[in-house]
Amino acid sequence: MPDPATLSAGCLLASLVLYALFGGADFGGGVWDLLARNPGAADRRRLIASAIGPVWETNHIWLIVGIVILFTAFPGAFAVICTALFVPLTVVLAGIVLRGAAFAFHAYHLHESPKAGRWGIVFATASLVTPVFLGIVFGAISSGRIRATEPLAFRGSVTVWLSPFPISVGFLVLVSFAFLAAVYLILETNEPELREKFRRDSLRSAAVLVFLSGLTMALAAVDAREFFRSFMGRSWSIPLLAAEVAAAAGAIASLALRRYPLARACAAAQASLLLIGWGLAQYPYLVRPDITVFSAAASRGTLRFLLGTLAVGAVLLFPAIFLLLRVFKWEAISGTPRTP
Amino acid sequence: MTELDLARAQMAMLFAFHILFAVAGMGMPVLMVIAERAHLRTGHPVYLELARRWAKGTAVLFAVGAVSGTVLSFELGLLWPRFMSFAGGVIGLPFALEGFAFFTEAIFLGIYLYGWDRVSPRLHLASGVLVAIGGVLSGIFVVTANAWMNSPAGFTLVDGRPVDVSPLAAMLNPASATETIHMTLAAFAASGFAVAGIHAFLLLRNRENFFHRKALEIALAVGCAAAVLLPFSGDMNARFIARNQPVKLAALEGQFETERGAPLRIGGIPDVASRTTRYAIEVPKGLSLLAYHDPDARVQGLAAFPRDEWPAPVPVHLAFQTMVAGGMAMTLLSVAAAWLFWKKREGIFSRRFLIAVALCGPVGLLCVEAGWGVTEMGRQPWVIRGVMRTAEAVTPVGSLLLPFAFFSLLYLGLGAASVWLLRREVAASPFFPGGGGDVADPPDPEGIE
Repeated sequence: MPDPATLSAGCLLASLVLYALFGGADFGGGVWDLLARNPGAADRRRLIASAIGPVWETNHIWLIVGIVILFTAFPGAFAVICTALFVPLTVVLAGIVLRGAAFAFHAYHLHESPKAGRWGIVFATASLVTPVFLGIVFGAISSGRIRATEPLAFRGSVTVWLSPFPISVGFLVLVSFAFLAAVYLILETNEPELREKFRRDSLRSAAVLVFLSGLTMALAAVDAREFFRSFMGRSWSIPLLAAEVAAAAGAIASLALRRYPLARACAAAQASLLLIGWGLAQYPYLVRPDITVFSAAASRGTLRFLLGTLAVGAVLLFPAIFLLLRVFKWEAISGTPRTP
Repeated sequence: MTELDLARAQMAMLFAFHILFAVAGMGMPVLMVIAERAHLRTGHPVYLELARRWAKGTAVLFAVGAVSGTVLSFELGLLWPRFMSFAGGVIGLPFALEGFAFFTEAIFLGIYLYGWDRVSPRLHLASGVLVAIGGVLSGIFVVTANAWMNSPAGFTLVDGRPVDVSPLAAMLNPASATETIHMTLAAFAASGFAVAGIHAFLLLRNRENFFHRKALEIALAVGCAAAVLLPFSGDMNARFIARNQPVKLAALEGQFETERGAPLRIGGIPDVASRTTRYAIEVPKGLSLLAYHDPDARVQGLAAFPRDEWPAPVPVHLAFQTMVAGGMAMTLLSVAAAWLFWKKREGIFSRRFLIAVALCGPVGLLCVEAGWGVTEMGRQPWVIRGVMRTAEAVTPVGSLLLPFAFFSLLYLGLGAASVWLLRREVAASPFFPGGGGDVADPPDPEGIE
């Protein structure tokens, strides 16, 4: 049984994976909304809005869970991250506010009005910007540039995140979210044209994703050396990378063969493996190179309580999420979408 | 303005904005569930229309509340990293619980909003009930964290760090019970009165509109039931503060000198230079009686505490007076509503009473803001009372004017857009021929156009 600090970090990573798979795809939907061009743009936008509508707020909460685990279990790390990454986090917040509010206004009220387009643009632009800065935060805490001089405090520059590796992680996250969304959206409709459109989008974004993955790795080798060494040099590195490549190849192949449920499973696996690999390479650090899950951990009592709360909460939560998906996503999940 | 002032101003602005939506997130689901239940019971379409429209309103308010709440959870660390570094491990538990309550709200609100035709009426109603429960629990959990800042518990302070942490004791700190009860009642009173005020205003234009009549009945019932209890929860709070935060009580009441049989001051402006509160109406022995239930009890004045531990008496006293005055107005109106309703149901639709309700519409929300100001400003200069000063907690990141200005503009736009959308939704005044179905008490037929 791992120690409570490691378990808490595992829960944090798990909530981030769930956020990427669900909430991330909602952001990706916004990206495709932004990129939708005629002919058929209105249909695609409507499909995206109806796919996101009932679930986006639930999906968003995985981020809150993550942040709460971070500041409860590792309060000092939270303080350092918030100070060093004040700027990108503020942009993320602005993006979350604009995206959520614009979507709600758009979806609940304005679809019948000619002004709906304006909210749509806010929603879509915020969906584009937010994942980039979210990715920058992840890149920055693994880059090794954020130094905590005195115990658990940051006194460096607030532009510490402006460097090639964090920025490339930002774009990697954006494209990962867009790829997930495109693959999911294929199964939200049985309209052949829409399906083909999202299939093409999936394949294109997969190509960009492969390119950006390579670029990010290359930049890590020079700009985040310790992280890169840890990512490549552990006993799990080769199997994980192999699984990652297999998942990506599987996704592309099944998209080519129009085996959409399989493509979706592979795409989700690929995104999860990417994040899990990041988490494993980062461990035991929370913020490289000065803060580990142990140096920042709250008291054992707090960690035990937190883990207990998460366990009990999960028992109540997952049936409720299952019900939500059962009601709104069953056709999409089983691969037999209804005509919209 | 110093960076500390800017950080405080930004946090205050973010809270002042969020709390309106948080309060609506607690109150609105109850209204929509009552309307839906009435529809299931009577079969009258007016209740279904009400439930649908209130649900749409809830959806917009909840969405803005959810994102502005997300902002706050990050800003705690962005603006107050040292506070979170200290407090996260102690008071994180209620935030984790709040996360699950929030999940419940979001999941079942999704089912409620999009599931009218997809789930059975019973599951639909049950979803609404779970949204309401989730909303109330979210509010309660968050308020326990604020209670902890007023009344820190569940840890021992060693070398400036918390040890022997007990998250449960921190969450169930001495101030939790009184603060959560008062805030929950205030949320129901404020949202009930705000909704009632809107429908009363629209009824003044057309008093026979059946839709607005039914809306007013439900909203008033909820608002009044909560408002009549507010004086009691307020009294509990005041007595708790008298015992646990005497300097806060002194600031609330504009009490500078320590005295036995202290008077209750209504209105007035504290003057720090001369250490007196001017222009107040003084009720002899009133404060001693209210705070300690003993007319001769000794009340400590601000002078009994070091000057650098005083909250700012002027804004705290004024906010407190505003809250109490508004609360009393709502309580009186509630008693009047009950009396009118009991005498003759039609009484609550009289022109004069409708004007009173319409005027009282914003009062509850104003009181919520004032009350939040009382608890926050009254705790200063501490962020965790007696443990950490607000000035020690603030971020070293400079140029805080930028995010403050940015979020102020963003929220201004967001607030304006929300109001505009909700106005559109309500002002539609759907027409229902009165009576019909099993609904008791149809309006006078000659009143219908």
